[in-house]
Amino acid sequence: MTSRLAAIALNTFREAVRDRVLYNLILFVLLLVASAPLFSQISIGMERMILVNVALSSISLFGVIIAIFIGIGLVSKEIEKKTLYTILSRPVRRWEFIVGKYLGLMVTLVVNALLMTAGFYLALLITAHGLKKTDALLLVAVYFTILQFLMVTAITLLFSSFSTPIFSAIFAFALFVIGTFAEDLRTFATMSHGATKWVVSAVAYIVPNFASLNVIAQVGYGQPVGGRMIVLNTLYALFYSAAVAAAAVMVFERRNLK
Amino acid sequence: MLAIEIQGLSKDYAVGFWKKRLRPALRPLNLSVKSGETFGFLGPNGAGKTTTLKLLMGIIFPTAGSATILGKDFHDPEVKRRIGFLPEQPYFYDYLSAPELLDYYARLSGMPPTGRSQRVTQLLERVGLGDVGSKHLRKFSKGMLQRVGIAQAIIHDPEVLFFDEPMSGLDPLGRHEIRELLQSLKDDGKTVFFSTHILSDAEALCDRVAVIHKGELRGIGVVNDLRAGIAEKAEVIWEGAHALSGVAGSLAESHVTGETVRGVVRSQDIDLLLEKLRQQRARLISVTPLQGTLEEYFLSKTADQEAKA
Repeated sequence: MTSRLAAIALNTFREAVRDRVLYNLILFVLLLVASAPLFSQISIGMERMILVNVALSSISLFGVIIAIFIGIGLVSKEIEKKTLYTILSRPVRRWEFIVGKYLGLMVTLVVNALLMTAGFYLALLITAHGLKKTDALLLVAVYFTILQFLMVTAITLLFSSFSTPIFSAIFAFALFVIGTFAEDLRTFATMSHGATKWVVSAVAYIVPNFASLNVIAQVGYGQPVGGRMIVLNTLYALFYSAAVAAAAVMVFERRNLK
Repeated sequence: MLAIEIQGLSKDYAVGFWKKRLRPALRPLNLSVKSGETFGFLGPNGAGKTTTLKLLMGIIFPTAGSATILGKDFHDPEVKRRIGFLPEQPYFYDYLSAPELLDYYARLSGMPPTGRSQRVTQLLERVGLGDVGSKHLRKFSKGMLQRVGIAQAIIHDPEVLFFDEPMSGLDPLGRHEIRELLQSLKDDGKTVFFSTHILSDAEALCDRVAVIHKGELRGIGVVNDLRAGIAEKAEVIWEGAHALSGVAGSLAESHVTGETVRGVVRSQDIDLLLEKLRQQRARLISVTPLQGTLEEYFLSKTADQEAKA
């Protein structure tokens, strides 16, 4: 089982690399370089803040875009091109295929995020002429971004297990946007009454809460993130992703692959 | 021993947007294939050949019925270790090289790492792709892809092979090569179940064939028996065109060249025809039983539906 999962994951990663997905790193570097002239226009204290914001937001956004755009094709492309036929006719269970694909895309996203983080630290070193102790906190923001990828990928995989690629992309992106405002939804739920309260509460707790995973501003100011928050966010992301991935497997297990 | 046994396997698809109707893609199919046999599954396009193969491979689920492969339920993962499948007009991960692709499939089939790369090299040699190196599959011709397709189906040395239209879309040379490959698998004692609508391939390779049309099994048997069943005619050649008018009623067709007449007669009318020719003093040259072709059998089995309708 592990060998089959690893083989499928490695193949998914290899596809992403050979399809030049990691070329987005060039765009990321260009973005950092292009924003450099901006730094000279503003006061010294703000320079670091802007770099942290631009870089961490880009790591998140680039990753989410990759997660959605590769995620929607993970299953549908294999069905459309019939490559799945040669896989399911082997001793590979359907859930192994889904989980292997999921892991492969996660490896791609993590490698991508880590390379971007390395570039970001290099930029920080150049612009700020050295690293501070609080810069280690930025890694927590990167870790939370990876947890976010875990959830976005699972959601995209779920949609792609029964819908067309276009609709999967729309649904996943919509859910990403709603999830970014999950905290606002929860606040709104506490302020509402009657049936509205029930509906909004239900929606607020079902949609992924990406707001709690966004600590970019906090770490930008050098404020620490509590250990309790790290543990809770990790558990939340793991459980949420596992539940969504399990739903994707259940849909896929019953599907006739015409 | 039976390699494949299909019992009442059927598949209906729901069609229509609001009002769902069931459209049968495969009517209850009963079929068995002996171990070591090369079995041709014949039918025109859309007959249900691919549906049957997809059902057996677990790609779609049957509406009813069951099947066993090598004595075990066809969904059993153990069975899947012992079978190989080549889909119709296969497409493979084109960002991989042929050795990478075969290694991937070998891993999925549960082959241990030791000896895997040796097996990949050997197999590429066997299918005539020993010199492809690390060239990506996107640069392969159709014939080369088909050979890679056969290689991936046999990488784990399975006992039963399922090929869906293995010769379709290939040029005559490519078809010949694939035919040779299938023949060598047959010689190795593998059970080969392949679907095709190219009858000459089936005629050359198969021990037995089945004809399927509109999702229904129309006929099954040993190729020679099927041909004999349809060959109930003989060709009679004689000299003496004057005799033709007297025997025309018993001929299915006739052709006159000068004094020589070539006539085709149903087997049961041969004696009568020869008697009449003797009476008319025609000089008999030859009587040859006509060998029916698989094509004639195929056409007779696939045409009757339209005739009934």
